[in-house]
Amino acid sequence: MNPSVDLHAIAPEIVLTVGLVVLLVADLLLPERSRWQISRLAPFAVLAALVPVITLAVSDNHSRVMFGGAYVVDNYALVFKGFFLVVAYLTLLMSADYITEGDYYQGEYWFLLLSAVLGMLVMASARDLISIFVALELISLPTFALAGWRKHDPKSNEAAMKYYLIGVMSSAVMLFGMSYLFGLTGTTLLSGINVWLMRTPAMPLAYVAVFLTLVGFAFKVSAVPFHFWAPDTYEGAPTPVTAFLSVASKAGGFVALLTMIFFGVFPATNAWQPVMWFLAAASMFIGNLTALRQTNIVRMLAYSSIAQGGFILAPLAIAAEGSAKQSAFGAVVVYLMLYALMNLGAFAVVIAVARRTGSGAISSYNGLGKTSPWLAISMSIFLFSLAGIPPLAGWFAKFGVLRAIVDAGTPWAYALGVIVVINTVIAFVYYAGVAKAMWFEEPAETPAVAEAGSGGGVAVATRPALRTKVPAALGAVIGVCAVATIVFGVYPQPIAKLGELAAQATQLVL
Amino acid sequence: MNWFDNWALTLAVFVPLVGFAAVLVWPKADETGAKVVALLTSVVTFAIGIAIMFEFNYSSSALQFTVNKSWIPVINSRFHLGVDGIALPMLILSMFITILVIVYSWNHFPEPHNPKAFLALILLLEVGMNGTFVAQDLILFFIFFEIVLLPMFFMIGVWGGPNRKYASLKFFLFTLFGSALMLIGFLALYFQFGTFDIVELAAKHGVGLSHTAELLIFGGLALGFAIKVPMFPFHTWLPDAHTEAPTAGSVILAAILLKLGTFGFIRIALPILPNAAKAYAPWIALLAVIGIIYGALCCLAQKDMKRLIAFSSVSHMGFVMLGIATLTVIGINAAIFGMVAHGLITGMLFFLAGSIAERYETRDMSRLGGVLKQAPHLGWILGFCAMASLGLPGLAGFWGEFPSILSAYQPLAGISEATFRTFMVVAAVGTVLAAGYLLWMFQRVAFGEPKDEFANAHIHDVHGPEWIAWVPILALIVAFGVFPSLLFNISNPAVCTSTAGIAKATSAPANDVPKCKEVPVVAEAPTR
Repeated sequence: MNPSVDLHAIAPEIVLTVGLVVLLVADLLLPERSRWQISRLAPFAVLAALVPVITLAVSDNHSRVMFGGAYVVDNYALVFKGFFLVVAYLTLLMSADYITEGDYYQGEYWFLLLSAVLGMLVMASARDLISIFVALELISLPTFALAGWRKHDPKSNEAAMKYYLIGVMSSAVMLFGMSYLFGLTGTTLLSGINVWLMRTPAMPLAYVAVFLTLVGFAFKVSAVPFHFWAPDTYEGAPTPVTAFLSVASKAGGFVALLTMIFFGVFPATNAWQPVMWFLAAASMFIGNLTALRQTNIVRMLAYSSIAQGGFILAPLAIAAEGSAKQSAFGAVVVYLMLYALMNLGAFAVVIAVARRTGSGAISSYNGLGKTSPWLAISMSIFLFSLAGIPPLAGWFAKFGVLRAIVDAGTPWAYALGVIVVINTVIAFVYYAGVAKAMWFEEPAETPAVAEAGSGGGVAVATRPALRTKVPAALGAVIGVCAVATIVFGVYPQPIAKLGELAAQATQLVL
Repeated sequence: MNWFDNWALTLAVFVPLVGFAAVLVWPKADETGAKVVALLTSVVTFAIGIAIMFEFNYSSSALQFTVNKSWIPVINSRFHLGVDGIALPMLILSMFITILVIVYSWNHFPEPHNPKAFLALILLLEVGMNGTFVAQDLILFFIFFEIVLLPMFFMIGVWGGPNRKYASLKFFLFTLFGSALMLIGFLALYFQFGTFDIVELAAKHGVGLSHTAELLIFGGLALGFAIKVPMFPFHTWLPDAHTEAPTAGSVILAAILLKLGTFGFIRIALPILPNAAKAYAPWIALLAVIGIIYGALCCLAQKDMKRLIAFSSVSHMGFVMLGIATLTVIGINAAIFGMVAHGLITGMLFFLAGSIAERYETRDMSRLGGVLKQAPHLGWILGFCAMASLGLPGLAGFWGEFPSILSAYQPLAGISEATFRTFMVVAAVGTVLAAGYLLWMFQRVAFGEPKDEFANAHIHDVHGPEWIAWVPILALIVAFGVFPSLLFNISNPAVCTSTAGIAKATSAPANDVPKCKEVPVVAEAPTR
């Protein structure tokens, strides 16, 4: 094996690391009053890291293997590197005004956020137990701190504490499982584990090891019954961080899960399929049914994201059946990308509305269709897309899941398909609940009663100017996500193609 | 006209979308402008429809004006449009009703007003309706089928009656559940046959599927369509949605949206899975006749005029489904005629119910009365439509109901004749009940003296926009009643081909197929 390092292949990580260092140094050297400029610097670091991802994508070599197979840059890795950088960029735009307006430390925020992104880039390429673990911790540790960013707010403290404790515990469980895997197989390379599991007849200890490892990931993706931290953390954390947690960090967990299952423990079908089936079904049902009861929009989105996690897990539950391997892999990739668009957009609107009303209650959305129609239209687009209503992009995500399920074609798969259908219907109820508040209800501060009392006619609306301006960066995120949600709903081919390209990675593994 | 052949259907589907966008961004202050844009859009769309009718080859059963372009290659789904004699009447009806609804709404938009949003939603609905009728790819069909949901949800929820929130959600959840199962059915077909193309799938007739698989897939599709129709026992969303929806919404719902379900049966479920269709036929017919009787009995128990008309839809769509379930040329022709006739007549009845409710501010029939005295034109039009709806020969409603009952006399060979003949008798009883509830409604609303509370009220008779919106419908009801061959001749060639395929696939002797080519199907339906 040639020990030399393919610099081109790890260029995105190098660029981002350089960016991180520059951020830290700038935060140290810049005078206090010009530190806000750091918020301008961070997006450039992300865009700069995107350049080598693109050059790698157009280069001929689509399978660069390094470090003895522990680090691979193939289509799958590239798709997700690009995805994580785009999500990071959108999150930075969402954060820009939120962070500069609060009197909190700024330089650290951007540094921590980008560190987590670096972890995600590593995760996309990791093909070895240790590099997966390191990547996962690199994603988790900065987000613990970010969740507690509003340090004067007890809720934010609670968010960080819960997230930290659960995160550490899940890492421990995962590491325990991984140690068994290593002990049994004598290798940390996923390909090695794969071969070992294929050659060795079913062995209970191997099943325990696989089970524990996956449970660790289940915490990360907040699958039921390991979801209890998510709603509190999401509610307490600063909203841009919540968006980041529910999209990028969650996707990081799913990438780990995909890599682990498809490149590592795939042959031990009976160890992971039933677990995934149960997690998927429970996440969908519990997430959706609990979301129905929420009155706070962020908590509702938290439970919705648990339920969406269930939809994403569904293809994994049947991936080894029939010919579903590739379509299941593609379905997860496509779902993650489309989910990111809609969920980021929804959180961006939540931030914009909270700037105006200072409230996260769903009732504060009453009459938004009248007071700021464009925000209401965007929010409706995101919510109905999350619900999976064509022609918004969410339908294609759900379609991919059902396609993989039908491809598998076993009775268990069809049972899961029916669960997906039932949950799509349940989920619509709470998404529509917000839409109803926005469109069917009257605005709370409306002086309608006063007008009626004054006998109409000359009564001029003395309505206060409710429409606070949406900051440009935030508006751009909402606009981009909304347009993309519609465009990919009508023409999903580009996303589908990315999913297919990423899924080619599964062909190389036996 | 080669250019037109290639683009006609694409334009027919997407011109309303352009209009939708234009109305949406139109300045809010200029309401008249938005109205004009919406009207122009619908008129242009209709003009495209008229041009399609002129160019259409009525002797051919093949798809015409086809477009077949790449759309989502990864899942092998294509942008495939086409129109044949089955789809053409529905497509034109959809364009036609859209114009009339816009004209009718011209000066009296329901509360909370906002014509801009209202018209935008109507145009968006038209995109979905037109698209569904011409889609020849299952995924494309699914998308268009679903596009109509959101606009209707908002239309009921924002402009609807007191119970609008409940009704809009119920409407959506029922349909969503059905269409999700339908999508699983589509996917199952895809993995069996490797294509979503309706034409290719129909040519395969489900050969190679195990009988169980075929039954299951058909069950999924049928459930999706049956909820939309709606068939008994999935009809409970309909009375709520109709009662709460604004007049324009009720009209579109009754005239077009319900037909998406029956159209789905004729276009997709029957030709693609003929053997399952045959196996299910008695059950579908059973539910259809239960719907006929149940809907009629419910009508007799209503106090609210709009709710009565809504239940009459359940009954009338039962006749359509009975015709479809026979799987014969007459039955399916009757079903298509019934769809158009029901669209015109029930759409018209909803217009009238809306106009009466607007004038009297109630739809409670015990409070209404004497419309003939206070607004004679309105009263007579109501009487005319009640007659048309109960199936009076000479008006369009007759040609939907009667051949459908007749077709049940002899269903496709291999399906129990005894069962269908029993259904035939029961359905015939349904027509008597229909006469009962419609005349009863007419009597209570229009006859006698106005009730005291309205005795001195000034009730405006039919006004300008109403005349413009209604006269074309009334004219068509008469025209189709007197010359039913106008419509039968359009649908017959395509129905013959489709039915011949079903007969062949189910290895039933095609008992009435040869007659297709010799005489128009009308000749077989003796007049009373």
